Amino acid sequence: MTLNVWRQKSPADAGQMVKYQLDNVSEHMSFLEMLDVLNEQLIGKGEIPISFDHDCREGICGSCGFVINGVAHGPRGGTTVCQLHMREFKSGDELFIEPWRASAFPIIKDLVVNRSAFDRIIQAGGFVSIPTGSAPDGNAIPVPKKESDRAMSAATCIGCGACVAACPNASASLFTSAKISHLGLLPQGQPERYDRAVKMVNQANEEGFGGCTNIGLCEAVCPKHISLENIARMNRDFTVGAWSYREATADGGGA
Amino acid sequence: MPVAGITYNENAMSATASGLARVSRFYEAPVGKKVVMAVTGLILVGFVLGHMAGNLQIYLPVGENGVYAIDKYGALLHASEELLWGVRLALLASVGLHIWSAIQLASASNAARPVRYVKQSPLKSTYASRTMYWSGPIIGFFIVYHLLHFTTGTVHPDYKYLSVHDNVVKGFSVWYVSAFYIVAMAMLCMHLYHGVWSMFQSLGFNHPRYTPRLQFGAKAFAFLIAAGNISIPLAILSGLVK
Repeated sequence: MTLNVWRQKSPADAGQMVKYQLDNVSEHMSFLEMLDVLNEQLIGKGEIPISFDHDCREGICGSCGFVINGVAHGPRGGTTVCQLHMREFKSGDELFIEPWRASAFPIIKDLVVNRSAFDRIIQAGGFVSIPTGSAPDGNAIPVPKKESDRAMSAATCIGCGACVAACPNASASLFTSAKISHLGLLPQGQPERYDRAVKMVNQANEEGFGGCTNIGLCEAVCPKHISLENIARMNRDFTVGAWSYREATADGGGA
Repeated sequence: MPVAGITYNENAMSATASGLARVSRFYEAPVGKKVVMAVTGLILVGFVLGHMAGNLQIYLPVGENGVYAIDKYGALLHASEELLWGVRLALLASVGLHIWSAIQLASASNAARPVRYVKQSPLKSTYASRTMYWSGPIIGFFIVYHLLHFTTGTVHPDYKYLSVHDNVVKGFSVWYVSAFYIVAMAMLCMHLYHGVWSMFQSLGFNHPRYTPRLQFGAKAFAFLIAAGNISIPLAILSGLVK
């Protein structure tokens, strides 16, 4: 098969698509294993192998990911590139492999991008502040099953960045909203619910991600099927949070 | 009470304290801009529906006193100039805010994706949703032309103030003018096809039961508006309405 891969030596390098031929690709290989084979050949020829992020190769860590023929994580849907197998392609296919494209995700090398912007969005409010101490009783806080299911569904986000890559606006709304919702749907996340939404949305804006225009490509490529419903929830919580914010007052014992 | 060891970033919040700063802070985030687009969009959708309902009176017969129903309706709208201008200014403000937010969101999107993909795939996204930044400006250009055509009469061949029926018939008798109206309505159809459900999403309303129905409703609404409006130039060109 023919592979057109984005090669870029460094963040400052202009980069270009480079064409490679690869024969005898087993249908049982994962996409990353296929690239491993290609890299072995490149090393054998004395060329620099293609850099790409990967870690668990089980589709649960969120490290891997690039765009194959215009689709983040490739054609299968609901999976990451490490769990995408070559049986999804036909012999003789020509593939275009590109890194996530967003100004907030600067390219480090080849297909590797810097996703620290996601970490800073989490740092802005994607946590629950609790005094650590002895573990609370297991069932001390009742959580309705339906709410827990929705929170867990949002919590399956692995932060791979495919939503940003797929979005024509390079918006981080699906990621940010999943991280807001998986806490905001649970009782433990209620005290900081609206502040969290405001801070995380503002941070995503600061990082240079675009706005959401409800196209839905993020949801279509998400390996964890995170729903657009989370974005609506984020919009709601942000709006409430931005308008209802008040300073802490001294007479209440605060400040 | 702040917990020791965790630094709270109050900078993002403190600017929202005073009234004007609160508005600007809300609007600064893309979510705020989209809320503005949704609210102004809702106002404009209401206008579009009322405008079509008014326009369809072109099909009503001449009354007993020899006055066309649509002329009578036109006179009714002009009964109070103060009220008319109040509504016009509200609509103008909505259009202005809608366009201004769209320009800012579009420029943010361009900045967020400076390098395009070599290959692109639309997957399951709708053509209408991906072309809102194209259908919008075309509709904007159309509105300017439409106002010069039927409100001020500047580009109309034979315009008479408040003589609605005759103005419409004469205006649409020019085939290329009618053709442009039909193209513009096709653009409006696409814009509403996505916009009418999208505004609910932007305002934070999404539910597995209602959202699919809203999406269907938006499509039906878009086609209804386009069909109703396009029928008028067609009826005049075909001689159905004289």
